[in-house]
Amino acid sequence: MSAAAEVPAGGDAALEAARLRYVLRLADTSLVLGQRLGEWVGHAPALEEDLGLANLALDLIGQARLLLGYAAELEGRGRDEDALAFLRDAPQFLNLTLAEQPNGDFADTIVRQWLIDAWQLEIYTGLSGSADGRLAAIAAKSLKETRYHYRFSGGWLTRLGDGTDESHARTQRALESLWRFTEELFAPDEVDERMSAAGIAPPLAEAGARWRERIAADLRRATLPCPARQPHPWHGKRGVHTEYLGHLLAEMQHLQRTYPGARW
Amino acid sequence: MSAVENAGNASVERVWQLLETVADPEIPVLSIVDLGIVRYVRTAADGRLRVGLTPTYSGCPATAAIRSAARSALDAAGFADAALEEVLAPPWSSDWVSPDGRAKLAAFGIAPPPDRAAALSAMPQLRCPRCGSPATERVSEFGSTPCKAHYRCNACREPFDHFKCI
Repeated sequence: MSAAAEVPAGGDAALEAARLRYVLRLADTSLVLGQRLGEWVGHAPALEEDLGLANLALDLIGQARLLLGYAAELEGRGRDEDALAFLRDAPQFLNLTLAEQPNGDFADTIVRQWLIDAWQLEIYTGLSGSADGRLAAIAAKSLKETRYHYRFSGGWLTRLGDGTDESHARTQRALESLWRFTEELFAPDEVDERMSAAGIAPPLAEAGARWRERIAADLRRATLPCPARQPHPWHGKRGVHTEYLGHLLAEMQHLQRTYPGARW
Repeated sequence: MSAVENAGNASVERVWQLLETVADPEIPVLSIVDLGIVRYVRTAADGRLRVGLTPTYSGCPATAAIRSAARSALDAAGFADAALEEVLAPPWSSDWVSPDGRAKLAAFGIAPPPDRAAALSAMPQLRCPRCGSPATERVSEFGSTPCKAHYRCNACREPFDHFKCI
C-alpha cells in the first residue's frame, strides 16, 4: 500500500531537514508517551482505567507509526518506521522532555497526559490546515483521537483535584513536579520557526497562549492553583534528555537490539 | 464513494459485493463495507482496479488483518492485480457505519453509534441492546477494542459495549 506523499518536489535542503526533524519530534513524543502508558497495563487503579490507558497508548503508537513512516520517507535512507523506533539511541530521539517522565502515581500520569493532550489539541488543530498535505491528513485523524483522550484526562484531573484531600494533594504535587517541563512545549526554535514560516506548522506563540488559557480554566475547575511560568532549561526536542529516556528505550528496544531483524 | 460513477462497470460492482463478504476480525457480524472503511473501488486510467481502505483508529490492531483479508479475497476472486491503497483523509468517522451495519451491531449486542458524531462532548443516552431500556450508564469511555466503550444497563443489569462516536 502506498499513500501519495504531497511533499513539494525539490525545495531547499534546510527546509527539508527541518521538516524531517519536526515530524520526528511529533512522532517521538507520541511513541514515548505511548510506551510509558503501556507500562500501566495490569497495574492501573481499576480495570476500566487500565483499559483506558492502554487504549490511549494504542492510539498514540498508531499516530507514531503514521508519523515515523512519513519521517522514513522524508529521510530517504532506506530505514523504515521500525528501524526509526527500535534502532535509534536516546540522543536521536526528539520527543518533548515531558513525555518521557516516569509514570509515578496515577495523579502524575493523569497530569502528564492532560498537559500533553492539551498540547496535541493545539498542534494537531493547527496542522490540520498544514501546507504539507501528508501532515494535515495525519493531524486531522489524530485530532479526533486526541479530543477523546483529553476528555478522559481532563475529566480525571477534575475528579482528582476536586476530590479527596489525598487526591487533591497528590495532584497538586504532580502538577508542581511536572510543570517545569511545560515551557518546552511552546518555546520555538529554528525548526519550529522554519515550519511555521512555510505554513507547515502553526505558530507556537499563538498556540501556546491558547494552551495556557485552556490549562488555567481546567485547573480552576479542578480547584488547583496554576503555577507560575518557569525558565526553559529542557531540550528533549533537540535530543537532550533526562535520565529516564534511556531506561525506557532499553526496555522498548531490547528485542530488536538482542535479535536484530526479529519478526513475529 | 464512486459506486455510482462506476455503475456500468461490472468489475467494480463485483468487487464491492466481494468486500461485503470480508468481515471485521473483531466484530465479525460487520463487513468492512458496513464499517465504512472501504472508501472507493474504481478503475484507474490504466484499467487497473484500485481499492481505497482507511483505518478506523490510528492504532487499531485489526488494520493489518483487514488489509490482508481484503487482499486474500481479491486474489481468490481473480482480482490479483487490483491495487489496495491506504486513504487517510478525510479521517474515518463512526458516521460512516452504514444503516445496515448499525442494525447488525444492535442485533449483536453492541449499542451502535448515534447518527451524528458531531456532538462528541455530549454523552449520548443509549438504549440497552438487550432489553431496550434507556436506563443505561457509562462504565468507561474505553472498552475491549479501540472502537468501543463500556456501558451497563440499570434495568436488566447486563453490561454491554457501545461503538464509540468519533
